[in-house]
Amino acid sequence: MATEAHGGAAAEHAVGMPQLDVTTWPNQIFWLLVTLVVIYFVLTRIALPRIGAVLAERRGTITNDLTAAEELKQKAVEAERAYNEALARARADAAKIVAEARAEIQKDLAAATAQADAEISAKASQSEARIGEIRAGAVAAVTEVATDTAHELVAALGGKSDAQGVSAAVSARLKG
Amino acid sequence: MDQFVVKPLFGGEHVEWYTITNVTLWLGIAVLAIIALMVIGTRGRAVIPSRSQSIAELLYGFIHNMVEEVTGHDGVKYFPYVMTLFMFVLVANLLGLIPMSFTTTSHVAVTVTLALLVFLGVTLLGLVKKGPAFLAMFWVSSAPLALRPVLAIIEVISYFVRPVSHSIRLAGNLMAGHAVIKVFAGFASMAVISPVAIGAVSAIYALELLVAVVQAYVFTILTCVYLKDAVGDAHH
Repeated sequence: MATEAHGGAAAEHAVGMPQLDVTTWPNQIFWLLVTLVVIYFVLTRIALPRIGAVLAERRGTITNDLTAAEELKQKAVEAERAYNEALARARADAAKIVAEARAEIQKDLAAATAQADAEISAKASQSEARIGEIRAGAVAAVTEVATDTAHELVAALGGKSDAQGVSAAVSARLKG
Repeated sequence: MDQFVVKPLFGGEHVEWYTITNVTLWLGIAVLAIIALMVIGTRGRAVIPSRSQSIAELLYGFIHNMVEEVTGHDGVKYFPYVMTLFMFVLVANLLGLIPMSFTTTSHVAVTVTLALLVFLGVTLLGLVKKGPAFLAMFWVSSAPLALRPVLAIIEVISYFVRPVSHSIRLAGNLMAGHAVIKVFAGFASMAVISPVAIGAVSAIYALELLVAVVQAYVFTILTCVYLKDAVGDAHH
């Protein structure tokens, strides 16, 4: 296969592999050098600085983001601490207010209780006096009614009522 | 071996050094492909890259790390040269796998030129930067004194063989791969074995894709290793 004759220029020199045909070497080497120079300039002038810049920028962005995240985390921790402090302070304030209110209420309550006690005892003595009056009134009324009734009974039974005797008998009975 | 023949594009019999040939065409296509990938592909300059920009960044990062790891911090300033070589070899290898294309890197003339550029560049750089101390790398100071002259001869020989192996490895791999595909493709014209032959062509094509990338990698990393002798710290 290697040594088959091909038409064209190269075949005359085909001593075997085309690679060993040194007449084409200057051509290949010349164009290779041109190619390498072009690639070198494209890479060093445009591609490599650009990619390097992009990579550096990415690294910078990542570092910045991490720093920002760290800062935010710090802030969050601080905020939490402030919140906890505020909460504790609020609790303490609330407890104080509750205690104050309780003391106030206690004081009012004691005053009100004392006043109520005084009123109650005043009312009670008044009531007692009235109950005494009523009781006395009732005893008098009962005596009177009993005396009258006894009179009528005596009269109805045909006896002559003796006012003195009846009264004495009634009061003796009532006492019994 | 048709595919390896260098011929003028616009007629004419002789291939002069300036003649525009199929080599010129495919070298030009390689340049355009590199521009498309590395310049047009990255035009967005996006912090969040597009696909083509990702590829360009990947290649950049890959070679940059390689240069930095192999040659050390001092070698990073030679990164553009290494990148030029790598991009050319990689793109030329891959373009060569397009059917009917011409594989520039399968030609010894091309790879020898590349290898000689590396060899001469590294040697001159070493002599300029290190002066006579550069030659100390041939004198293996960690070996017993009696062995050193022998080792020095071996080291010198191996140093001068470098461009040969460097260039023949690349051209040989590519040429062999293309030749094998061609052989199987020839068998494909025989109806009985054509399914096997076509299967083999497909399989070898996949292998050749790998070879194209790996050889570009090998060529580049060897360049870095040689460069390390010139700019890196003490050898051995």
